[in-house]
Amino acid sequence: MAEQETTDGRRRLIRALLGSGFAASIASFLYPAVRFMVPPQVAESTVNQVSAGKADLKPNSARIFRFGAKPALLVRTATGEFRAFSAVCSHLNCTVQYDDEKRQIWCACHNGQFDLNGKVTGGPPPSPLEQYTAHVQGDEVVVIRG
Amino acid sequence: MFRRALDWVGNRAGLEGAQDFLKHKTVPVHSGTIWYYLGGVTLFLFVIQVLTGMLLLLYYRPTPTEAFESVQFIVTQVEFGWLIRSVHSWAANLMVLTALLHMFSVFFLKAYRKPRELTWLSGMALLLLTFAFGFSGYLLPWNTLAYFATKVGTDMAGAVPVVGRFLRHFLRGGEEVTGATLTRFFGFHVAVLPGLTTLLLLLHLALVQKWGISSPKRPGGSGPAMPFYPNFVLRELIGWYGALGVLGMLAALFPWELGTKADPFASAPAGIRPEWYFLAVFFTLKLIPGKVLIFNGEALGILVFGLAAVGWMLVPFWDNRSEDEKRHLALTGGGVFVIAYLAVFSALGYWR
Repeated sequence: MAEQETTDGRRRLIRALLGSGFAASIASFLYPAVRFMVPPQVAESTVNQVSAGKADLKPNSARIFRFGAKPALLVRTATGEFRAFSAVCSHLNCTVQYDDEKRQIWCACHNGQFDLNGKVTGGPPPSPLEQYTAHVQGDEVVVIRG
Repeated sequence: MFRRALDWVGNRAGLEGAQDFLKHKTVPVHSGTIWYYLGGVTLFLFVIQVLTGMLLLLYYRPTPTEAFESVQFIVTQVEFGWLIRSVHSWAANLMVLTALLHMFSVFFLKAYRKPRELTWLSGMALLLLTFAFGFSGYLLPWNTLAYFATKVGTDMAGAVPVVGRFLRHFLRGGEEVTGATLTRFFGFHVAVLPGLTTLLLLLHLALVQKWGISSPKRPGGSGPAMPFYPNFVLRELIGWYGALGVLGMLAALFPWELGTKADPFASAPAGIRPEWYFLAVFFTLKLIPGKVLIFNGEALGILVFGLAAVGWMLVPFWDNRSEDEKRHLALTGGGVFVIAYLAVFSALGYWR
């Protein structure tokens, strides 16, 4: 009887050792595969200042320009002032555009609306558009973050 | 000669068992029998997708500089390229439609009840895979609509609690929708999803086979039935042939548009909207304000949709009249409400 119990105990031990060893080996094979699927973190571009092109934009119009890896919007107000914003809608990431009739910034995807300070005036966006500083240097508009 | 060759193969492969099995399998006949054909039609459309997908692979190139041009090449230069691509796009849409109809018919006939809970769950998983096929395939032509749909869709994944940020990063292959996203989606679309779908499909069919086709309970035992072969099979084939006819007509008369090449540095165009099966969600997200009480409106909306979908999938486990196979008017009413909501919001999303 006692002998039987010892054998059972030994069996359990061997099974546990083999089982955990096997599980660990499988995990060690799977781990690199899982890590491989996760894209590496590439450092965010630290662009803080870009040229938004020539200052020949007509009043009450706008154009998209590149700010690092993301699109940005340069607006020339009806009074001739330059303003720059991130063009990425705070709602679901679409790229906004300037609506010259209503003189506001508008997102075609879900009808988000912003005024010319980037504030939300209608639709679903939860937060304002990030505003940049825009000023004219020579015949170019230079846009600076912050 | 042919007969003898057939006998020889049957003899060597041991097909007598299969013949015997086919002889005895039956399908119930009642007023709802018509709904039994939808799963088969969905399967047929999946086969069409595999075949036309293989053809498109001969010319398609999954990079942001070449994807749009390669699809343009397919539809303008390759003989019948426009037709193959159009069939692939139309069959994708029809497959979503028949899969949805199949699901609703199973829901209303309460065919998910014990012992068929696993059949329902595997079917729901297949439906999710169908959506994943649609979403990943939509990006591949790298056109404007696809680009923004993918931006919005992956950003929605980012609103999932806890794992959202990781999920978005994983799906996009980085922080933004770029060529890395296209490469990933291509891999998902042509390798990962077909593999998973094939496995789940086999499980789904094995379960249907194991438990037999569900039929409404009748007083006094089971009702009339027809032999599976040839009666049901031939009827199913008529359904497949009909689906092929509809598909060919749609693909030839309304060739699928390619649109304009995606430009990550252009505004989303006015009038942009997703495929019809995402319209209801799209319109709802348009309506939810930025802040609902103290919650972020977008995150709240996505959370509610997610919970509703999970609740729907788990219906076999909370349908409390499952055991005694009684009617459940509240549940049927809930199903009608879901269909009405989807129909009305899809229509509003389309026209407004």
